[in-house]
Amino acid sequence: MKTLLVAEYRDGKLLGSANELINFAAKLGGDAVMFLVGNETDLPNFDGKLYLADITQAGEFNPGGHKQLLLEVIEKEQPQLVVLPHSSYGWDLAPRLAVALQAAQISEVVEIKEGQLVVPACNAKLRRTVKATTATTVATLQSGAFTPSNDPSGNPEVIKLESGSSGDIQFHGYEAAGAAAVDLSKAEVIVSAGRGIGKPENLPIIENLAKALKGEYGASRPVVDAEWAEPSRQVGTTGQTVAPKLYVACGISGAIQHLAGMKKSEFVIAINTDKDAPIGEVADVLAVADLKQLLPILTEKLNS
Amino acid sequence: MKLLVCIKQVPDMESRFKVNTSGDWYDETDLAWRMNEYDEFAVEQAVQLKEQIGEAELTVLCIGPERVKETMKKALAMGADRGAHIADDNSHQQDPFAIASLIASFAKDKGFDLIFTGLQSQDRGSAQVGVMVAELLGIPSLTTLVEFDYTDGTVNGKRELEGGSKAKVSCTTPALVSCQLGLNTPRYPTLPNIMKAKKKELLSIPAAELNPPTAQQQTINIAPPEKKGGGLVLEGDPAELADQLIQLLKEKTTVLN
Ligand SMILES: Cc1cc2nc3c(=O)[nH]c(=O)nc-3n(C[C@H](O)[C@H](O)[C@H](O)COP(=O)(O)OP(=O)(O)OC[C@H]3O[C@@H](n4cnc5c(N)ncnc54)[C@H](O)[C@@H]3O)c2cc1C
Ligand SMILES: Nc1ncnc2c1ncn2[C@@H]1O[C@H](COP(=O)(O)O)[C@@H](O)[C@H]1O
Repeated sequence: MKTLLVAEYRDGKLLGSANELINFAAKLGGDAVMFLVGNETDLPNFDGKLYLADITQAGEFNPGGHKQLLLEVIEKEQPQLVVLPHSSYGWDLAPRLAVALQAAQISEVVEIKEGQLVVPACNAKLRRTVKATTATTVATLQSGAFTPSNDPSGNPEVIKLESGSSGDIQFHGYEAAGAAAVDLSKAEVIVSAGRGIGKPENLPIIENLAKALKGEYGASRPVVDAEWAEPSRQVGTTGQTVAPKLYVACGISGAIQHLAGMKKSEFVIAINTDKDAPIGEVADVLAVADLKQLLPILTEKLNS
Repeated sequence: MKLLVCIKQVPDMESRFKVNTSGDWYDETDLAWRMNEYDEFAVEQAVQLKEQIGEAELTVLCIGPERVKETMKKALAMGADRGAHIADDNSHQQDPFAIASLIASFAKDKGFDLIFTGLQSQDRGSAQVGVMVAELLGIPSLTTLVEFDYTDGTVNGKRELEGGSKAKVSCTTPALVSCQLGLNTPRYPTLPNIMKAKKKELLSIPAAELNPPTAQQQTINIAPPEKKGGGLVLEGDPAELADQLIQLLKEKTTVLN
């Protein structure tokens, strides 16, 4: 099996997902080569061939152009598997490649089981083992699923590519995330509200528990999207990453993008009416209860 | 202007999922069905664009069995003009490429200026169908949009990136956009609009008429994840639960010191 790994640059820098790709290839076994649109100052620690297209010419976000460059490399290397991170770059580029290659695409791989790829379904409540029937397969890896325990070492053998075409999308630069009004990363206790709070009028239940525990309150994304809480309170891949001594997840199902922001917490309590909620996978304690009943009692007992 | 929005009907994610008898998907009995969350943002954006343009016609498309018509009616009540139901009782077994091929085959000669999809479906979560439709039709696609603007044949959007920053992107129509959570505030259909939606056209087309391709992938097995264990599960009376939680906080953490 030969694998082509597609690493990602953002804002002129190599992203850490490159190490996850390298670790994935090592777990899978067989040969691996790499592809990167970047520059020579910041390369992955990879012992093998690296096809490098210059980022100033090929553009940092130019999926059509990157696809053309990748197709050239695939023509030369004939990999059976092309692997990208399941990131805003990877899930955008992968289907473009899959269609061009008439390859099956397997999204968000979390595990390799007996040589087959496993992906989540239904908000991680189920796991599906999938097999492609095409000659080439394109796969994306769930962020964090293949993080190596030690960063790989090695120096790639760089093969330069001539810059490709410009594609049909214009990229006009980045807009930075809004400055955080509340810095959750410093809080020792965070009590977070999820969609399970039901309505904005219930937010004080969460705030009161946070106060009783001398902590801050946070929120999952739907609570922020609905404008029940300020954006700076959001925990997760597109919000803040936190690691408090205690994280209390109230009415939060435990989607991977939320877990990514809080799984390093020392002690996690989840309060959820659904015993099967995926948050149970990372929680030290799951209290199966209606938060509207449990939290006020808990707060009162803590205050007295 | 001709607009298309693709929606999927998915089960409520708070359901208890069981594996079906063929062992390749979840069992569909006793599930509550709703519109894929991401697609609500797609429908809302398409309706807003229709309101902005004035002269626009919005079709909502959904592939699935008869029951998906209920969800399509919600899109019609939100403001879509007509429904195209691609009837397929086995759509759950179709891979993303097959779903995308059906949509592309339907859309091919219809001259849609803009196609809206969700970033991903909540049950399958592949985030593939939208981009594949665009590639099959040979039109540009902008994905993961949290901001959308259309002016004179140009789409300007912001793609959401990890960490909360955004990439500013644009392309010209015809094009496809995939919608991320938070793009807008999806409206609730009003009662008069629900009544009006009942009179809107909702045509069913058998999937076989659109020549679906053969599957590119198979599900070998589907099962709940193996419990890693360790986590304590507490059930019972709220007052007792509160006492147990306080006891655990005292034993396992230093936050009450
Ligand atoms: C690219 C991308 C980035 C994302 N970034 C983030 C991010 O940064 N942060 C984030 O949080 N999400 C993010 N998401 C969204 C994520 O996938 C989920 O949709 C989201 O985390 C779900 O939030 P939730 O758990 O509050 O809501 P839901 O998934 O709807 O869960 C609600 C939970 O509340 C429980 N519940 C209901 N009623 C009660 C009650 N009375 N008492 C107790 N429990 C109750 C239910 O059982 C359920 O488990 C992102 C998604 C994508 C695609
Ligand atoms: N059965 C379907 N019918 C219509 N549109 C669909 C269907 N499945 C997926 N889509 C569209 O494709 C998007 C991405 O889905 P997926 O690739 O399954 O994650 C969804 O948000 C929908 O807009």
